[in-house]
Amino acid sequence: MNTLQLKGVCAAPWGQALLKDIAFTLQPGTVLGLAGPNGAGKSSLLQLIAGDIQPSIGQLTFCDRAMTEWPPQARAQRLAFLPQMSLLSFPYTVEEVVRLGRIPHSSGYQADSDIVEQALQLTDTVSLRHRLYTQLSGGEKQRTQLARIFAQILGQESLSGSLLLLDEPTSALDLAHQQLVLLATQQLAMRGCAIVVVIHDLNLMASIADQILVLDNGCQIALGNPEQVFTTTLFKEVFGVDVTVGHHPQEGYPMITPLRPTLL
Amino acid sequence: MALALASGAVSLSFLDVGQGLVDTVLGEAVSQNALIVGQIRLPRVLLAAVMGATLAISGAAMQGLFRNPLADPSLIGVTAGASLGAALIIVTGGSVLQGYIGLSLVSAGAFVGGVIAVLFVYRLATSANGTSVATMLLAGIAITALSGSIGSLLEFFADNNMLRRISLWKMGGLDGANYPRLILASIVGGALLVALPRYAGALNALLLGESEARHLGIKVDRIKLALIIWVAVGVGTSVALVGTIAFVGLVVPHIVRMLAGPDHRYLMPASALAGALLLVVADALARVVVAPTELPVGVITTIVGVPFFISLLRNRHHYGMQ
Repeated sequence: MNTLQLKGVCAAPWGQALLKDIAFTLQPGTVLGLAGPNGAGKSSLLQLIAGDIQPSIGQLTFCDRAMTEWPPQARAQRLAFLPQMSLLSFPYTVEEVVRLGRIPHSSGYQADSDIVEQALQLTDTVSLRHRLYTQLSGGEKQRTQLARIFAQILGQESLSGSLLLLDEPTSALDLAHQQLVLLATQQLAMRGCAIVVVIHDLNLMASIADQILVLDNGCQIALGNPEQVFTTTLFKEVFGVDVTVGHHPQEGYPMITPLRPTLL
Repeated sequence: MALALASGAVSLSFLDVGQGLVDTVLGEAVSQNALIVGQIRLPRVLLAAVMGATLAISGAAMQGLFRNPLADPSLIGVTAGASLGAALIIVTGGSVLQGYIGLSLVSAGAFVGGVIAVLFVYRLATSANGTSVATMLLAGIAITALSGSIGSLLEFFADNNMLRRISLWKMGGLDGANYPRLILASIVGGALLVALPRYAGALNALLLGESEARHLGIKVDRIKLALIIWVAVGVGTSVALVGTIAFVGLVVPHIVRMLAGPDHRYLMPASALAGALLLVVADALARVVVAPTELPVGVITTIVGVPFFISLLRNRHHYGMQ
């Protein structure tokens, strides 16, 4: 079974082509990183998978079934999406926000409480649980939303058949919490959950992604493991930046260091 | 409620009220107490309770739908449309509008006006990509302004008698209460009180944002339409029966939210209860303050509501509002 499969998907929700001919397959338990310059279509691709944008051509299947055929609730039980920004402006407590993630499930109050507890622990938000969401800092809000997303798909022993879409989950986090969130994400992947993630820190991305898809101007430029994708020519062509590619001293995944641009 | 039954131009003791109620129930409506309590005050107090509950729960639903704690049912144009409908009937109806039939016609006009305004606002905000809540808000403002100016135009051509009727009607009042009206209000209000809490879970999710709610498996567009229809019918009925009563739909859910939090599973029933209480008390005040004359109840709710609302605005950070 493939968790997610895209075949020749294009999208033009406002007339102009936003995504052109995207094709990839995602197995259970794999982490796919989306990279590309601003406006390349990374968030649009996530929105397309989440169903906010409809493909104009091409096939989009989730767990071997066309995405549009999924009943909303059944889909919500196994597909969760963390958007880049959150608009919540009502004074829910952190715990209440996380509990909203259980709406698609009817697993009962006690089971929900256990799952909410797990989600709070995974994101280090246990100590915030009674705080009002509206009074949190940016990073705390981000971790709360992430806990909500985790609560939405946790519950089963095996998560194969579940999919997490994370749009910049670490953008407001400090170094320690970045590591914590990546660790939590990896744990979910080990339990079978497939993950598509946008992270602007490409070294961070290389540390967790099994596959990286590079987008530029809505087109799929490269797809492969970090080793294959992170080349000096790619960074020059797509990002217009000169880099050297090294390796992490312990883990061995590729790490890039931008070179100072020469002044003309 | 008992206090509200007891107070009025003719003061009654609780004993008198009890006796009057018993007489009414037994069908022996001959004593003066029975007449006052059974025929005048009881339907009026009950109507106030039902309408207060309807307005407050509609307000709670609208604030959830618009994700704005300062939203009010009148934002989607229903109140303005209803006022215009009523004014239109009053001005064009002329001498036909005597007594009971006239009052019913004005109410019907108000209801139709309110529902038409909402449908219009809804159509303006709906495109192939769904209904934009922000556009609805702006369309509601536009329709409210338009209804207001047409209303002013009507008032310009109206004679003195009509003018007085229009302005009295606009201020809102429960003095038209009788059993047929109470029954109608109870049917609509009852339906609303049963229907709206069923959307509590969806409204909770909607507070996160529309696409977030969709990702939680909520059928957002269907729920939006259903909520708007329910609120239009509820508020339309309330404006038709008791005129515009401001601030109940705005302030009550707000207070309840501060006390009980934003969870709609508790917010909606609690708002209904508090709204009923507020309107019963406001109406009792309206009857006794300058007795034997009555103040319009809408004036009382506004006088109480506005200072309260301003203090909310000034202190909103205490309650975690942005």
